[in-house]
Amino acid sequence: MEKLINEFSNHIHVSNLAEAAVLEVENLKTYFFVKQGVVKAVDDFSFSLKSGDKLAIVGESGCGKSMTALSVLRLVPNPPGRIVSGSIKLDGKDLLQMSESEMRNIRGNRISMIFQEPMTSLNPVLSIAQQIGEALILHQKLSDKDAFDRSVELLKLVKIPEPLRRAREYPHQLSGGMRQRVMTAMALACNPQVLLADEPTTALDVTIQAQILDLIMELQDRLGTAVVLITHDLGVVAETSERVIVMYGGKKVEEANVNDIFAMPLHPYTQGLLAAVPKLTTLSGKESYSKRLQEIPGIVPALVNLPDACTFAPRCAFATDICRHEYPPYTNISSSHKVACWHVAKVC
Amino acid sequence: MMSTVNGVGNPSSKDDSSPEKKVSEFNEELSLAGANVHTKVGMIFFLTKRYPLGFLGLFLVFVFIFVALFAPYLTTHDPLTTNPSISLAAPSMGHPMGADFMGRDLFSRVIFGARTSLAVAFGATILGVFFGVLIGLASGYLGGWVDLVLQRLIDILQSLPTLILAMAMAAALGPSLFNTIIAIAIPKFPSIARVIRSSTLSLREMPFIEAARAMGMSDLRIVFRHIFPNTLAPLIVLATAGLGSAILVEASLSFLGLGVPEPHPSWGRMLSESASEYVRTAPWLVLFPGAAITVAVFGANLLGDALRDIFDPRQRTAN
Repeated sequence: MEKLINEFSNHIHVSNLAEAAVLEVENLKTYFFVKQGVVKAVDDFSFSLKSGDKLAIVGESGCGKSMTALSVLRLVPNPPGRIVSGSIKLDGKDLLQMSESEMRNIRGNRISMIFQEPMTSLNPVLSIAQQIGEALILHQKLSDKDAFDRSVELLKLVKIPEPLRRAREYPHQLSGGMRQRVMTAMALACNPQVLLADEPTTALDVTIQAQILDLIMELQDRLGTAVVLITHDLGVVAETSERVIVMYGGKKVEEANVNDIFAMPLHPYTQGLLAAVPKLTTLSGKESYSKRLQEIPGIVPALVNLPDACTFAPRCAFATDICRHEYPPYTNISSSHKVACWHVAKVC
Repeated sequence: MMSTVNGVGNPSSKDDSSPEKKVSEFNEELSLAGANVHTKVGMIFFLTKRYPLGFLGLFLVFVFIFVALFAPYLTTHDPLTTNPSISLAAPSMGHPMGADFMGRDLFSRVIFGARTSLAVAFGATILGVFFGVLIGLASGYLGGWVDLVLQRLIDILQSLPTLILAMAMAAALGPSLFNTIIAIAIPKFPSIARVIRSSTLSLREMPFIEAARAMGMSDLRIVFRHIFPNTLAPLIVLATAGLGSAILVEASLSFLGLGVPEPHPSWGRMLSESASEYVRTAPWLVLFPGAAITVAVFGANLLGDALRDIFDPRQRTAN
């Protein structure tokens, strides 16, 4: 087991251990061209990841989180979707300029993804070992036998009991938590530099959630993979991430270290999100027992043909005329904390 | 769904409701469906008990294959040798099914006829499945104009009744064993292509296909390794059920004189030769080949039906 970890660690390119960014996404624009108009699923989105980083992207359903991840792998359904502009650099090389076959070499090998549906993200007719081994056969040109052995080791790594037996079983014989472990093993099989975890725990119950997150984070620490955790669960963010990007309407509205987000949220949307989290005190305190949870008024806007304005303005208590006419520039509060709001001073 | 599970009469299903219980029952259902087999002998035993008719079908198909393979060892006479002295002889010890107009031993001809029928049935089914699967996968996975063009071609083929199309093909190609196989395979593949296309359409949108793409797999690999195995259940059923109809179509073509030519013994032609002239004087000439066709088609259909029943629960619960 330890040997395996060390072996994995040796695979990590030395350059990634330096402070250079592994993944750099700049001004990414992924639009969907539908009958009703243009849907800006991801609009002018930037972030960068260093090796070993733990980045969380939070936001509610339909805000473009998953599309960001799919854009990085260039798996946006096309048509109707298309990456309109921007750059996605892995070790300085722009993925958007690569050919499809070069891209296939990146997927699952240097950037891999964990999907949110462990129940349906595994092929029901292939055994666990076949599915984990496939990436190894594909990217590392292992023989069938070696791939099987490695799959068993990987199952051991993700702490599945009786890995040898499980390797020969089929997805329907595994529980949801075990399947998500298998997905994790698949994603880590080729020791990727970047792991995109798209709501890896949404479909699981809370105890299993915690186990899976612990596992991902533990493996990340040991393997040095940079993780992008996509979630809508602020509890998960607080527990697992170092940096947080809050996304709304396809745009980045706030980026900060995890402590700053919780201690000093600056965007009205972030504040709304945090206020909407049930607290133990409000739940148990006598006087507030009947108090409603605070909510953000209004609904997420349909992203079709949005005007070039602050997307949150229609739901924002601080909104003024300028908010409805122009998208706010990013204000740098500190080197690690930036926010896109016209009224930062007023809000905090 | 749960009611059918309980309906099996599993005594341990009284205290269900816990999720683990449901999962294990779900797994049980799946393994019953043949998706996965823990102990093969136990599974076969169980399935035999649950689908006795299907087992009978399987048995008949095996008998059919056995007879075709070992025909020379099972027969007493050469099926092609004529012997005028026993022309139209009634069944007797030496000739258990009698002899035809030319004095050929009918028993030997029926036995050797199994070879023709087997060759045609399996040949046409394999050919039909091969093209049906390729066209169905291409049509379903690629979509767009490829799908449109292929589906319109299939529409045209499907607008003609199977037998009419097979007759047209056989007439155009001329009578020979291989041409008969092609003539039967052509009307067969459109329905297979349709079924494969529809499963491919729904499988294409499954998360595990997206996951496969995210692992860096090429389209070809995704289609053949990830989509195709998932379409096997309906395919097996369709192919088995098709065996019976292929035998029947071959018999019909031969009956009409468009099928396998002389001197290969074919059940259908044996019928057609004798039906009009000798059905009153020597009814065994019609009876025995007719019985052979009936039993073979019956067996193949029983097996097909059982396989459909076995695979269907999985179809229902897979998504």
